[in-house]
Amino acid sequence: MKLHFGRATRRSFMVALGAIALTAGVTAAYAESTIKWMHLEANPDRLKTWQDIAAAYEASHPDVKIEFQFLENEAFKAKLPTLLQSNDAPSIFYTWGGGVLKAQTETGKIRDITAAMDADGGAWRNTISPAAVDGLSVDGKVYAAPTQSGLVSFFYNKALFEKAGVDATTIKTWADFLAAVTKIKAAGITPIAGGGGDKWPLHFYWSYLAMREAGKAGFDAAKGGEGFQGEAFVKASQDLADLGKLEPFQDGYLGANWNDTQAVFGDGRAAILLAFENTATPQNQANVATDGKGQPPENLGRFAFPLVDGGAGVITDDFGGLNGWVVTTNAPPETEDFLKFLTSEANEATMAEKNNILPTTLGADSGVKDPSMADSAGQMAKATWHQNYLDQDLGPNVGRVVNDMSVGIVSGEVTPEDALQQIQDAFSLEQ
Amino acid sequence: MSQITTASGVSARPTSFLGLTTRRRAQMRGKWPVLVLFLPPALLLFTVFVILPMGEAAWYSFFNWNGYGLPEQWIGWKNYELVFKQSAFRNALVNNGLIILISICIQVPLAMWLATMVTKSIKGATFFRLIFFLPYVLADVAAGLIWRFVYDGEFGLVANIARTFGQTPPFWLADKQVAFYAVLAVIVWKYFGFHMMLFIAGLQSLDKSVLEAADIDGATGWQKFYRVTLPLLGSTVRLSIFFAVVGSLQLFDMIMPLTGGGPSNSTQTLVTFLFSFGVMRMQVGFGSAVGVILFIICVTLAFSYKRVFMKND
Repeated sequence: MKLHFGRATRRSFMVALGAIALTAGVTAAYAESTIKWMHLEANPDRLKTWQDIAAAYEASHPDVKIEFQFLENEAFKAKLPTLLQSNDAPSIFYTWGGGVLKAQTETGKIRDITAAMDADGGAWRNTISPAAVDGLSVDGKVYAAPTQSGLVSFFYNKALFEKAGVDATTIKTWADFLAAVTKIKAAGITPIAGGGGDKWPLHFYWSYLAMREAGKAGFDAAKGGEGFQGEAFVKASQDLADLGKLEPFQDGYLGANWNDTQAVFGDGRAAILLAFENTATPQNQANVATDGKGQPPENLGRFAFPLVDGGAGVITDDFGGLNGWVVTTNAPPETEDFLKFLTSEANEATMAEKNNILPTTLGADSGVKDPSMADSAGQMAKATWHQNYLDQDLGPNVGRVVNDMSVGIVSGEVTPEDALQQIQDAFSLEQ
Repeated sequence: MSQITTASGVSARPTSFLGLTTRRRAQMRGKWPVLVLFLPPALLLFTVFVILPMGEAAWYSFFNWNGYGLPEQWIGWKNYELVFKQSAFRNALVNNGLIILISICIQVPLAMWLATMVTKSIKGATFFRLIFFLPYVLADVAAGLIWRFVYDGEFGLVANIARTFGQTPPFWLADKQVAFYAVLAVIVWKYFGFHMMLFIAGLQSLDKSVLEAADIDGATGWQKFYRVTLPLLGSTVRLSIFFAVVGSLQLFDMIMPLTGGGPSNSTQTLVTFLFSFGVMRMQVGFGSAVGVILFIICVTLAFSYKRVFMKND
């Protein structure tokens, strides 16, 4: 009786299995590949640009479905290591390149896209700026499809400069810059908007000064294992301490996050901001200013980070971001093709126009309509060296120590020597 | 009879063990199915979600590991050395101590005082009970964001008050000498309502006749509070302090939106330290070491407090 019962169950089980197999077979014939696109874009307008591109791809590839997954910036960084090693890993995710990307390549969880780049005689690779492809490569293998790059430079409020009697075109060296800061402060104007709460906005200063002092060769040697205690880095830290001594930032800058900082500049409460390429666009000004308008484009000027006396760096050495999309190992095979579509000249030009990015696809800068963005793009086109953000390039740990120390030096909390020692301590742990 | 029904009866009374065997066996027979059915799920969940992660964290804390791949680089006690070398960690320890101190010296007395007020049958008492409890109902993150605005030196309430009195507005959250006191004020504001509720419950369970007896004996209001109410509330006070201690060690979600641990790490707590130095820097080994230290502190504090102060409760 019992046996019979068991057999009956087994039989029905087999039938059920068969049915499942059958349905699976049927669905397989119409299978859709789903590309799970993990992004950090909180702005619905900017996301819309991507959604339109995705929809266009889906229309021409009916068997591919593209699914958007959103994570907030900091949450993304915290969650990615776990996510990447789980079965829920997205198909593509955002990257800043650098040490983090390198750590990810070592897990075997992300895909080398060199072959896809070089297929058909480099049909994809040849459309993209070689520097961008290089920047997202590790040991000669391409690990992310470049989509945009960025440039950090000084933006200034022309009206406030005029009021203080400072001519921005005469600022060529760090000494000139410090003199300008002193003059602006004497005129009763807050010279610089600084974001000490988020820390990384101030790491721009240390990074640029280190680049200007050490030059590409010195910097590469430091990164290559020599470390950050050489004379050039001591001088750079001292230069930064000199700036800090002038107390150039708005009141309470140590608690200010990036939004607060941009608002200080956008409201005209400070004259200078060291920031991203899109700072002067009307879209960004409207976004950050308290009155929802911000500074009109004609009141904002831009100049490259000045040189230091006796430094090895040159004015065409640029500092800024480089971003792309990484493919994970369990992404469907169509993913590379989609990324090729996404980074095509037409789509990159659309993103340049609608989302105010500096595209890395050759020829797509025709989409850069904003004059200040075009100005940044022009400077980048002449770049002799493009250094990625240090908090990405040096990896999350050393990078964050650099951020901490930049704030420490500016606020006079940490001496340049102690700061370099702490950076070195973190750096040597990773060697 | 009572020993038979308690589970610990067997080991506690070895002499009566033989005498009770048959009855106990009969009783256990009745309990076995319950044990077999009910214990494994709980045991499994507890093992998988509590014991295993703790063991794993302890294991990871001996590696230099960034969370990718498998931990391979064994570095012994190095992570622990690094933790204790960090000035931010010492800040966090001191800050946690300060929170406990403020809870005991300000928050608990304040909560008790307000509880005695709102349990009196005066008009509006229930209304105030609700008002005082409101901050506790608010999500921690929301409270942190609200207070970030309040403290803002440009547009905040504090700035406006300062301007009204002709002062330059202070930037408390950006001043490392002051920032943590500003945070402490928010903590007291946020959690006194919870402690007040504990005391209200405690006061309501008091035997009124004792207070009446004190009245008849001619005790003053203060004497009644100090000699009668307070001793009778003893267990509630101890419980309240226990919650304050545990809460201090867990404090995280309010600090992050308020200060993020800054400026210069002056407002870190143990958990925010773990998050910003372990998780955000992808130093999983280092973070695990902090986790283990935090665990040891928690366990030691909780057990010794329960042993010493709450053994009769």
